Amino acid sequence: MNLMFRSRWWSFGFRSTVMLYFVVLIVLPIIGIYTQSFSSGWEPFWSSVSDPLAWKSVLLTVRLSVIATAINVLIGTMIGWVLIRYKFWGRSILNSLVDLPFALPTAVGGLMILLLLGPNSFVGNIAGRLGFEIVFHEPAIVIAMVFVTFPFVIRAVQPLLEEMDKSEEEAAYTMGASKLRTFFQVILPAILPGIISGGMLAFSRSLAEFGAVVLVAGNIPGKTLIASVFIFGEVESDNPQGAASVSILLLTLSFLILWIVNAIQSRRAGK
Amino acid sequence: MKKLWITLTYLVFIILLIIPLIRIFYGSWAEGWEGFIKALSRPQSLHALQMTGTIVVLVTLINTIFGVMLAIYLVRATWLGPRIKQFLNSLVDLPFAVSPVIGGLMIVLLLGPHTVIGSFFEDSGFKVVYALPGMVLATLFVTFPLMVREVMPVLQEIGSQQEEAASTLGAYSWYTFWKVTWPAIRWGVIYGVVLTVARSMGEFGAVLVVSGNIMNKTQTATTLVYQDVENFNVLAANSVALVLATISIALLLLMEWAKKRKGH
Repeated sequence: MNLMFRSRWWSFGFRSTVMLYFVVLIVLPIIGIYTQSFSSGWEPFWSSVSDPLAWKSVLLTVRLSVIATAINVLIGTMIGWVLIRYKFWGRSILNSLVDLPFALPTAVGGLMILLLLGPNSFVGNIAGRLGFEIVFHEPAIVIAMVFVTFPFVIRAVQPLLEEMDKSEEEAAYTMGASKLRTFFQVILPAILPGIISGGMLAFSRSLAEFGAVVLVAGNIPGKTLIASVFIFGEVESDNPQGAASVSILLLTLSFLILWIVNAIQSRRAGK
Repeated sequence: MKKLWITLTYLVFIILLIIPLIRIFYGSWAEGWEGFIKALSRPQSLHALQMTGTIVVLVTLINTIFGVMLAIYLVRATWLGPRIKQFLNSLVDLPFAVSPVIGGLMIVLLLGPHTVIGSFFEDSGFKVVYALPGMVLATLFVTFPLMVREVMPVLQEIGSQQEEAASTLGAYSWYTFWKVTWPAIRWGVIYGVVLTVARSMGEFGAVLVVSGNIMNKTQTATTLVYQDVENFNVLAANSVALVLATISIALLLLMEWAKKRKGH
């Protein structure tokens, strides 16, 4: 009896500690940032957000993230398909390499892009001679986003392709459907949930990306200054109000995406 | 057709991943072995690497313990209603949706020197922001979901039958955990540890905001790379980046190994 009593107190203590830790670490900061930006009412929030540099940075981030996500959806679906369906030399090595952008510090990723495409590099010189610039302009930001979010779509599509029943595909072929038609009518619908949730995750990560972008973007206000770098700049110049206001724009957008992904996944699980 | 797709895949990998990696290796050897060693043996490099090491160890330790326990509670607890569990479960992913810079900003806003809690700690001689505790907190926040998300599916998959059997037979909860639950979730936990190590080593945005990036004091390896690039000291940036990249690749290999073991 004594032992049981003791263990019950112990487990009660453990439960409270873990839950408290969870709430304090995750929930409190998020509530904190929302209250901070509305602490002195709607007015300062609105004036921080309606600063052209602020909303331009958010718009730029969204636009470039859409481009990066579109690129990743295309190459991610292709690579997911190739790595699951074809057997070829080096397949398992490539498959492990997919996760490299997750394992690599993002600042190192940014440095790589800077070195490869920068002003004194081979590619940078050719592009410069052809009259367009990569580093410190929009293309570099998109490349950085694509690099960082590379694994998402692939890893979301792969399990669905593995699960897929090959007989449906074969049935379509036998009935005389072309390869293209089979892809669009049989394969694509089956892997679409993976593409969407992978793409959404990639999009939200692109919105949030900082390390890889800050080194290559040039950060010219109103032109190549993305939202996370803008927030960093506001923190550095001791303007927490402005930083918090733009943060909640970005946060609300990301939470919305996360919620959609969860909804898609739970609908799939419920099926 | 098949050949074309495989070639395209190889092309994407080579351009996007392999060439950049080679460039880092090659870049840090621009002045040979000596330049590399010289860049690494600068006091700020050594300090930054040591700082990163400290953060990685602390964060991985804390997150592993709390992550595994939270995963167990979220899957098994009978003292939480299913609705509450579902709600808490959706909260776990929040740090994934938060930009690291915003994560850092949150900590500055809550615990910075101008806040109530921050000034309280400051008065008692304990600095949080612009010091190690704040950096550890920021990294904890960013890496929190990794462990929980690795362990939860494993727990769901194995079901609670064996554990119930063990406790019906009179085993204490610790004993049940070590003898029944732990062997089942072990590889999931190891995988989670590797992910946490990788992420906490590479964390940049949150740490940059919280640390203030003070050389020889709160500078980590990644923020040092950033500063070296800003100062146009590319060789030094390369050398530190090479160390980080090498560790990342080692972690990636570990990840593969753990994934294979997990699958069995």
